[in-house]
Amino acid sequence: MTSASFPVISALDALTGALFLLTALGVVATRQVLASLQLFILQSLLLALSAVLLGIGLGSPHLLAVAAITIATKTLMIPWLLRHTVSAEVYRTREIERVLNIPSSLLISAVLIMVAYAVANPLLNAVDVPFAQVNLPLGIAAMFLGAFTIAVRREAVPQLLGLLAVENGVFFAGIAIVPNLPVIAELAAAVDVPVITLVIGLLTRQIHRRLGTTSVGRLAALREE
Amino acid sequence: MLERIVYNLLQVFVVVAFAPLVEGVTSRLKEIIQSKRGPSIFQPYRDIWKLLHKDEIVSEQSSWIFRAAPYVAFTAPVFVALLIPVLTRYPLFFAFMGDMLGGGFVLALGGFFAALAAVDTANPYGPMGASRTRMVGFLAEPVFIIVFLTVSFVAGSTIPYIVQTRWVTPIANFFEPSHVLLMIAFLMLILAEDGRIPVDSPSGQFELAMIERSKSLEYSGRGAALMKWAGAMKLFVLIIIFLNVLVTPWGLAEGMGLGEVLLAIPLVLLKVLGFVLVLVYIESSLAKLRLFRITEFLGAAFVISVVAMITRLSGV
Repeated sequence: MTSASFPVISALDALTGALFLLTALGVVATRQVLASLQLFILQSLLLALSAVLLGIGLGSPHLLAVAAITIATKTLMIPWLLRHTVSAEVYRTREIERVLNIPSSLLISAVLIMVAYAVANPLLNAVDVPFAQVNLPLGIAAMFLGAFTIAVRREAVPQLLGLLAVENGVFFAGIAIVPNLPVIAELAAAVDVPVITLVIGLLTRQIHRRLGTTSVGRLAALREE
Repeated sequence: MLERIVYNLLQVFVVVAFAPLVEGVTSRLKEIIQSKRGPSIFQPYRDIWKLLHKDEIVSEQSSWIFRAAPYVAFTAPVFVALLIPVLTRYPLFFAFMGDMLGGGFVLALGGFFAALAAVDTANPYGPMGASRTRMVGFLAEPVFIIVFLTVSFVAGSTIPYIVQTRWVTPIANFFEPSHVLLMIAFLMLILAEDGRIPVDSPSGQFELAMIERSKSLEYSGRGAALMKWAGAMKLFVLIIIFLNVLVTPWGLAEGMGLGEVLLAIPLVLLKVLGFVLVLVYIESSLAKLRLFRITEFLGAAFVISVVAMITRLSGV
């Protein structure tokens, strides 16, 4: 069975993958904190869409459950949690100060995507699953971009979103390689991720209350009082 | 053979005749969105007509470049209209005279002469606009090259007539990630090349903030009319390349009959109207970027086109 046997679904999945990668790039590059949160929500929706498409294509009801869980946690619960733990002031901020400026971080992102394809190619020979052609390299690329977001950003909330984007990338690759993962594993992830969000959100709230800023990139040096 | 020549000239006529209309519709729609009534959609025609009947004043200090530039700028899009599929799906008489790269060079020649002419008069605003245009230009160049490279790699040809059928046969090709990404990158390029928001404000009257428009400030009379017309035609040609080669190669004439070719005119204009709606939406919902933020905008376009190329080369 190859992905050529359902051309329309694989084409739509490829389109979803492309947009998924674009949103990952957007999370790296946007200035406004609120916009990167919205991009993350969009990315999660695209992940769910890809899961639905794969579920239809492979006839796997597990993937539909994955899509439902993704929508419930990542597009509803996590934004809600972040809104309520971190003060609204943070969302209005623009991140002027970054480790790298936007054009160079975009160029590095392009290199990372190339690396992701280079890494995925040998793996693709090993896994003979339809849709892995699209999902595996793009998922790995989104993973790299998420990790890069954590490295390049200095605000706490975008860094958290980078972490969640890594998680999205793992899922995006995972749903193609292991379409029949037990739902219990997905549920475990679905509980973990909001808890992480809650913890980091509360931490950010504390940092913001103490220092009046959430630029955690500046917290590298110790200072005695 | 004779038909192909006639249709080719008809394409040129369509580009020359309807380009100001596109500009008129765009500005009218923008005004409507801002809750104003706006000028008539035929206002650009009236402007051009009025300017053609006015005296032309040319600075004594300027050289022949200043006088030649409007004609070069006007001829460039006309020439490109011979090469690209405006109305028909099959190649016309002059189609093999140049490929997409050739068309890009010819369009760039018009821009080059306009920039030289802006420097020529030593009006303080002209050289500033010219240097800014060059800055946007050299940032846009890599994106152009990668888009063309990918497109011609996919189709195995650089002739636009061959490229256009590749993306829609079968229709699943339309949703290829590389295609979608290329469309986005090319759309951003059009915004930058034509000086649209967020790169430049086409209706701005403030000389210090101008990029594209300040190059033709010194022209009057016939020169100004030609420059204005040339600007409208350049946008029209870019839209046609975008729509007919990259996005929606539908509605073009398949057969050799005159009726079919004439029917293609309203269909193509309808597609252009759709594009104009998108353009107006973009222009009304975004703010103009600061000059040094343009790097970020075009950097994003570059990365998108590179990603399109990677996904293509690795066979997704």
